This record gives sequence, C-alpha cells and structure tokens, in this order.
Amino acid sequence: MTTTNPTCPLSETSVTPPKYRHDPLARLRPINWNRVGDEKDLEVWNRLTANFWLPEKVPLSNDIPAWQRLTEKERTLTMRVFTGLTMLDTVQATVGEICQIQDARTEHEEAVYTNIAFMQSVHARSYSSVFSTLTSTPEIDDAYRWAVNNDLLQQRCKKVLKHYYGNDPLKRKVSSTLLSSLLLYAGFYLPLHFSVHATLTNTADMIRLILRDKAVHGYYSGYKYQRGIENQASERQNEMHEFTYELLEDLYELELAYSGELYEPLGLMDDVAVFVRYNANKALMNLGYPARFSPGETEVNPEILAALAPGADENHDFFSGSGSSYVIGKGEDTSDADWDF
Amino acid sequence: MVHGPRPQTTYPIRELHEGESPDLVYFSSVSENTRRFVDKLDRPAVRIPLRPRLEGMIRVACPFVLVVPTYGGGEQAGAVPKQVIAFLNDPDNRALLRGVITAGNTNFGEHYCLAGPIISRKCRVPELYRFELLGTQRDIETVNNGLDRFWDQANNERTTA
Repeated sequence: MTTTNPTCPLSETSVTPPKYRHDPLARLRPINWNRVGDEKDLEVWNRLTANFWLPEKVPLSNDIPAWQRLTEKERTLTMRVFTGLTMLDTVQATVGEICQIQDARTEHEEAVYTNIAFMQSVHARSYSSVFSTLTSTPEIDDAYRWAVNNDLLQQRCKKVLKHYYGNDPLKRKVSSTLLSSLLLYAGFYLPLHFSVHATLTNTADMIRLILRDKAVHGYYSGYKYQRGIENQASERQNEMHEFTYELLEDLYELELAYSGELYEPLGLMDDVAVFVRYNANKALMNLGYPARFSPGETEVNPEILAALAPGADENHDFFSGSGSSYVIGKGEDTSDADWDF
Repeated sequence: MVHGPRPQTTYPIRELHEGESPDLVYFSSVSENTRRFVDKLDRPAVRIPLRPRLEGMIRVACPFVLVVPTYGGGEQAGAVPKQVIAFLNDPDNRALLRGVITAGNTNFGEHYCLAGPIISRKCRVPELYRFELLGTQRDIETVNNGLDRFWDQANNERTTA
C-alpha cells in the first residue's frame, strides 16, 4: 500500500493503463467519468452511444428482389465496393482507432477510441450481413480474393497503416481523420446512387447509419488533432500542414485510380470523383484546414446529395431567393422535451 | 409520458447596450468550428458564452441573426446546444431574433442542420441558410451578401412603415 499525497490531484500522481508501457512503476488510475477535463469527450461518448445500432436491425432481406434485378456487372461492382469498404473498416477497427489510445490527452479520450473501434467493427461486420443476405459463398470468396489481389486497395490501406505504426501521434490523427472522412466515400457513393434509383434501399439505409457514425469519428479525431497542434511551435505546425495536404493528395490520386477501375465501366466515375473531392474538403475541415478543392470541383450531383441529406437542397437558402418554398410556421406545436420556454 | 416544463436555470445576466449589441449572435463549442465561420464573415458579432454560469448569459439590445451549430446526429433532443436554449429562453433575446443560420454535416442525413428548423419553428423566424462544418468560401460570400440584403430590407420596411 502506498499513500498518495491527498492534496495533489490524482492525475499528477498516477497514470492510465496505456502509460504502463513507458512507466511500469507508476501508480495506475481507473477512469473517472465524474471528473471530465475535456467536455467534448463526454459529449462525443454520449453521441456515439445514442447512435449505436446493429445490422441485424436493418431489414436487408427486403433488398433481395432488387438485388436479383441488378445486372451481373452491377452485382460484381457492389460486392467489390463493399469488400473494399470492409477492408478499410477492418484497418480502422483493429489498428487506426486502437493506435490513438496511446496518444490520448485525457483518460476519457482513451475510452472513446475503444467505442469507435468497436463501431468500426460493426461497420465491417455489416457488409458481411449484406453479402450473406444477398449472395452466395462462392461469390463472397471471389470478392475477398479480388480485395487481397487488388494492388490499389492494398496501397490505400498501407498508406495510412504506415503512419498508424509510425512514431508521430499527430500523423496518426491526420491519417485516421482522412480515412474516416475521405477514403470511404467513393464506396458510399454506390449505395446512394442505387437508392436514387429506388434500388437496394434497405442497404442504403444501413449505409446512412454508417455515414452518421463516420461523421462523429472524423470530427473527434480532427478535434483532438487540433487540440494537439494548437500549442506546437510554428515549424511543427507548418510541417503538419504540409504533411496533411501531401497525404491528402496521395490518397486522392489513389482513390481516383482505385475507383476508376470500379466505376468507369458504368460511366459513373465523374460523379464519384466529385463526391470524393467534396468529402476531401470536409476531411480537411475536420482537421481545421481550408478546402483543397474549389466549389466548382465539389458540386455533388443533387440527387446524390438528396439521397444523403434531404435537407441539403436550395430550399434552405433563403438568401439566394430560390428558397421560395419557405413559409413561416404557424405556431405549430413543438415537443418541449428539448426546450424550456 | 408527459413532462412538465423543466425548472429554468437562471444565470447571471450580462446586458449589452445598444451601441455594443451587434446584429449577429453566434454559438460555437470548444471545437471553434462555428467561430471560424463567423470570423471569416468579418462582421461585428457576439458569442453566446460557453459557460454561462461563470461568464454570465448575454442579453442583447438590437435585432440579430443567430448562427448555431447542430449537435447530435440522431435525436431531436439535444440538437440545439443548451447554451443557445438558455440564451433564447430570455424573452428579451427571443423578441429580437430575426433569422437563423445553421451549421451541420450532411452525413447526419435527415437531421442535417436540425437546430435550424427547431429554432425557426419555435421562434417563428426564417431559416436563412445552412452550411457544412467550417463553411466554404462560397458560403461566406452568400451569407455576407444575404445578410446585407436582409438588413437593408428590414431597415426599409421599418422606415416606410
């Protein structure tokens, strides 16, 4: 039994378990959610747990008739796209999130990554649910063989894995944010495209749940990155700025090459590229950096945008004058659960 | 289940006088995303305090447009940041609200910028604009031009009325 100085905060006299690796003699401290230093940790934890879902709750089998109506080409494309997404989620669940635990600024941040890592595993799991519902074992095996043999897919993963296993905590954060906010989106495009054509709509609903989670994951890593960089010397800040835009450029090039092979046969690649650039800009915003691509390069097909968020259309732009559908509500009853007055 | 109104939290009030009460009021969490958007607008603006218990809640004196981020990505409850609710719970502030601009993320689907319609319905003011995260240069220009026209129009109506 050792007695710590009662006037000294526990955070100064003890460490969290991941620090054991560097200081085996230090006293260990259990996580205390009643003493939260960064309110974002609790806010994000609550948001993540409120958003929890499982693929078993999505009626994927209702997509069987639509699946059977797809052409051979479309089915192969879907399976490859989803196997590619499974690959990225596997990287993120088993390495990308877990490796950020060692760099956490607070004990609660450590816990948040365990939550995110599990959710990434749920995402990886959910594509398998789609496959088992819609396809056969030989087709699934073919898609996995394709993923292992696809050089571009391998490169996309290894590009970020290199930094996850590197020795720079901020590079880990940038890589993780770019994976969650940029790399997956060429894949997400396909189910959104199908849902515009009223095809595989339940699968699209599942993808929307994944998208909702990814927004929080990218936001959180990006937020912690900004906390990490704000007090660094300007040379370090410049180095990270340069690193981020270079990595983004590399990943974007890979993304175009990888997605081009998949989408060009269906004539969708131009549209996919816009969607990737739009999300690349959002990834940068999560990191606190200005956009890389101009508004003209990021004008997402309105149908895809509507499939993503029905409220993202011009009806909500009162300023441009095109929002003619706006009518001031006539004192309709609102639920007061969120409101005091 | 029906809940009665929750007991209102009261904070110390910091009154802004007419000369120091700008026509733009915003809230931004510690992530500072919305602040960065408002900074880029380069117009006088006042921030709703993050910690009203310590800093005091502001009470404005002039008509204003509100810029708010949306919290959540799931449920209606919690979409409007609690500091914004506290600010709008003050009838003086609510009476001067003229419109709302909301930040969000399209990844939240049908809940994209949900705080906008909630405030718009509740306070019967137009939802003026939605933008994502920090906003783009195009968003900045649209909002700046839009606000100029919005206030010109409001002033004309006042002088001709």
